[in-house]
Amino acid sequence: MSTSGNLLFLIALLPFIGALVPGLMIRAGRNATATFTAVPTALALILLLTMAPAVLNGETIQAEIEWLPQLGLSVSFFLDGLGLLFACMILGVGLLITLYARFYLSGEDPVGQFYTYLLLFQGAMLGIVISDNILLLLVFWELTSLSSFLLIGYWKHLPEGRQGARMALAVTGAGGLAMIGGMLILGNIAGSFNLTDILQAGDAIRASEWYLPALILILLGAFTKSAQFPFHFWLPHAMAAPTPVSAYLHSATMVKAGVFLMARMWPVLSGTDAWFYIVATTGLVTMVLGALIALFKDDLKALLAFSTVSHLGLLTMLLGFGTEAAAIAAVFHIINHLTFKAALFMTAGIIDHETHTRDIKRLGGLRHVMPLTFLIGTVAALSMAGIPLFNGFLSKEMMLEEASHTYWAGSAYAVPVLATIGALLSVAYSFRFIGHVFLGPVRDDYPAKPHDPPFGLWAAPALLVILVVLIGVMPFLADGIVAAAASAVTGAELDPHLKIWHGVTPALFMSIIAVVGGAALLALHAPLDRAWIKARRPEAKAIFDGLVASIVGLAQRFTAGSHNGAISRYLAIFTVTSVVLGAIAFMGGGLSAPTRDMLPIPAVIAVGWIMLIVATISVVTMHHHRFRALVLIGIIGLTISAGFVYMSAPDLALTQISVETVTIMLLLLALHFLPKETPRESPMGLKIRDGLIAVAAGAGVGGLSFAFMQRDIPTISDFHIANSYEGGGGTNVVNVILVDFRGYDTYGEIIVLGIAGLLIYALMHALLEGPAARRLRNRDYAQDRSRDRHPLMMVVVTRVLMPIALLVGIYIFLRGHNQPGGGFVAGLVVAIALLMQYMASGFAWTQDRQRIEYHTLIGFGVIIAGLTGVGAWVFGAPFLTSSYTYVNLPPIEEFELATAMLFDLGVFLTVLGAVMLMLYSLSRIARYAGSTVNVTPMDYDPGSRVDDGSEST
Amino acid sequence: MEFLVASAVGTMTAGGVYLLLRLRTFPVILGLALLSYAVNVFLFSSGRLAIDMSPILSKYGEASYTDPLPQALVLTAIVISFGMTAVLVMISLGAFLEADSDKIDIDETDANEDVAK
Repeated sequence: MSTSGNLLFLIALLPFIGALVPGLMIRAGRNATATFTAVPTALALILLLTMAPAVLNGETIQAEIEWLPQLGLSVSFFLDGLGLLFACMILGVGLLITLYARFYLSGEDPVGQFYTYLLLFQGAMLGIVISDNILLLLVFWELTSLSSFLLIGYWKHLPEGRQGARMALAVTGAGGLAMIGGMLILGNIAGSFNLTDILQAGDAIRASEWYLPALILILLGAFTKSAQFPFHFWLPHAMAAPTPVSAYLHSATMVKAGVFLMARMWPVLSGTDAWFYIVATTGLVTMVLGALIALFKDDLKALLAFSTVSHLGLLTMLLGFGTEAAAIAAVFHIINHLTFKAALFMTAGIIDHETHTRDIKRLGGLRHVMPLTFLIGTVAALSMAGIPLFNGFLSKEMMLEEASHTYWAGSAYAVPVLATIGALLSVAYSFRFIGHVFLGPVRDDYPAKPHDPPFGLWAAPALLVILVVLIGVMPFLADGIVAAAASAVTGAELDPHLKIWHGVTPALFMSIIAVVGGAALLALHAPLDRAWIKARRPEAKAIFDGLVASIVGLAQRFTAGSHNGAISRYLAIFTVTSVVLGAIAFMGGGLSAPTRDMLPIPAVIAVGWIMLIVATISVVTMHHHRFRALVLIGIIGLTISAGFVYMSAPDLALTQISVETVTIMLLLLALHFLPKETPRESPMGLKIRDGLIAVAAGAGVGGLSFAFMQRDIPTISDFHIANSYEGGGGTNVVNVILVDFRGYDTYGEIIVLGIAGLLIYALMHALLEGPAARRLRNRDYAQDRSRDRHPLMMVVVTRVLMPIALLVGIYIFLRGHNQPGGGFVAGLVVAIALLMQYMASGFAWTQDRQRIEYHTLIGFGVIIAGLTGVGAWVFGAPFLTSSYTYVNLPPIEEFELATAMLFDLGVFLTVLGAVMLMLYSLSRIARYAGSTVNVTPMDYDPGSRVDDGSEST
Repeated sequence: MEFLVASAVGTMTAGGVYLLLRLRTFPVILGLALLSYAVNVFLFSSGRLAIDMSPILSKYGEASYTDPLPQALVLTAIVISFGMTAVLVMISLGAFLEADSDKIDIDETDANEDVAK
């Protein structure tokens, strides 16, 4: 990568880095924030200009950093003529806008925010024009939509600002989504997401059957952004933004992004009939329609907005023609439109600022009170009208020239006539801007007393107007940049030779018709205006609002219909959908022949199977008796554990049997508070429906399982078996997978378990502080409970068992790496040992003897497991890399120490803590419910009773 | 043998789904427990069935082993499904104590009351 390539990264980054500063120094005042906005912009511009000579000589500067190569996404930039032109416009106008906004915004506006948004937007625009990767371009594209939303809605207190911002975001965002689709198709056809590669693949793309969908999707993005008919309506509404924003977004940058994209994609997408008819026609219609509406707008900014729409249509049309001369005209007009339109917007802003109104009908005669503004506005408007010696004339002549020999569906007149009408209307509204604002008698009813603004406000438009005249008189000045940009658009070496006088051509006559006709039309403006106001015409905002409202209504009906609070219905819908999708997949795939022989069925297993099936069916039929159902669930769980033993899964059997125990305890505890019977309330129809769904799901899952077990597929398990001992130092492959190969998964899982434990604890606390607590205390519990809740025998036995159970837990933990066992099972076994104490001796007695909080256990568990993983870093290995060694400590047999065991200790502690915390929380509710609590180990203490007796007698 | 496992998975799934579609919390919890069994056995069986081939490496020469990977997955799944059941139990218990009803669906009248609030 060259140095200039590196500079390209810097240019792309500068606005974003700069954006941080004004936002942070929000109280520093307008001068400081404006300066800190101008500095990065100016720096980027200077850097850009150092590259300009090379680019103008036809070089392309490239820079690339891989980002996500798997997705084809890289941070790559390139700078060619087109990119240079746009980048200069973005940064140059950005600088002028920074200056203008400093004087335009009042001290009460949050100026820091404004400049931050402005720089964000500037960076996003810059990113679009220099991206060499279309995925990256899409990122920047969306970023412009978002940052322009912030800018348009900058005056948050104005409803129009908020609505306009929302509309702009909805329209351009929707277009952006369509464009993502189009770009992905394009990248798929070209086999690369790099713009440089795609630009080379034009022929393949145009020949592809996916060309048309891609074209339409990309054009949707471009048309919405560049406000082409019928998406033009958002632009006028976005005029609620402060004028500097309008001047920046709607003359030079945002709306030109669509045009830029069409220009960028020109070598790939243009040259087909589809391109010509879609793009050129849309452009033509937009040009005429925009100009027509502009003529009848009374708001200065609305007039300029529709004029922008019209000029964007012109540019689109030129690009749609698909000829090289048209491309030159388009590039040239992009520059010219920028200069006069930005100046006009700033003029409108000045007028608004000084007279406090933008209503043309309340203005007039400003020539006398604001001579400087008059000069600037008039020159810019004349350029917009296309009057000779101003730059607008040149590109408009070129446009008319191109239009004059364009055939549309066999007709030689359609395009030239409509283009002339567009030009004529354009002359009319430009003259109106001059005539109705500046000319005429001075009025005495301006809302404020107008006078020329301070230097800071008129400096920027004045500079632009000087450019208007310079290019208009000496067009060869722009030769270089136009040549470079147009060459970049077309991919061919072009030499534009811009000049003022082209001889007597059809375009000259069309121009003359336009100017004379436009002047005449303006003379008739008053009666026409009355007719226009009377005429019924579709109001775009009303249509848009109606559309949005109907979509919202549809979504609400759909949500209300499907999301009606009936969980059983959601579950039914979900199950049916899964079954149907599975069935469709099954139909589509077919089934290969079975490759495995079936295992024989021993009699014991058959008995177990019958038990399981009968128990399952009984749960379903007897589920109304909740306690009975719970017993049956226990049978099922135990049968499954036995099945695991038989089918070579000792670890699973151990886990299942201990989980079974705690699950049943948990459900028993819960059942203490819940009703003991489920009422029979389902109607027969519902039962039949659910039965059918259930049978279908069961048949599907069972069939899938059966099909699965009959066939061999290659797995990665051999790796685990082969490396378990050498790599992980353990012979129990399942445990080694858990604590070593897939240690990261296990780490995540114990965290989830810990969170579940804490969640239950938190729920319990929330519950005991709410209205439920009162209800709990006043509940009527069944009276037929055992009188001796803590039987002597059980208390004694569990206490004797406690150390033994702990020993078993430790044993299971220690052998886990090599034999069935491990942290999960050990945690569960120890939890059961502790729970037995709770059951036998009572909650309070056990709680008094608890030394360590269960949360602490969870926390330590996760920390130990995490630190074990982190420990690997110390030795330069990745997270959770394990290590092991053999230790020989006489008289004990040689044993192994592995870091994985430390990790397993973390698992053990977390499981123990989480399980205990869950059951502890439930039992606390029981205690709160007013159950009498024993502090002595036994309800019935024979010793004390004897003493009492002896004293009394 | 394969058929027995598959039919057991199918039956437990059917039973689980049926209970899941009931209208009270407790049957739904039972249904979820049944469904967890079914899913765990299903996952386990995806490693194919094997008798006397525990994935414990033998010290005495070559031996064949069953697929250990599904077992490792199912082991954590069993523990996690316990956690899930526990959370569900706590939530349904809380809902019952707060609302004095263990129905899982929101009635039309309840929904209207919520709107009125």
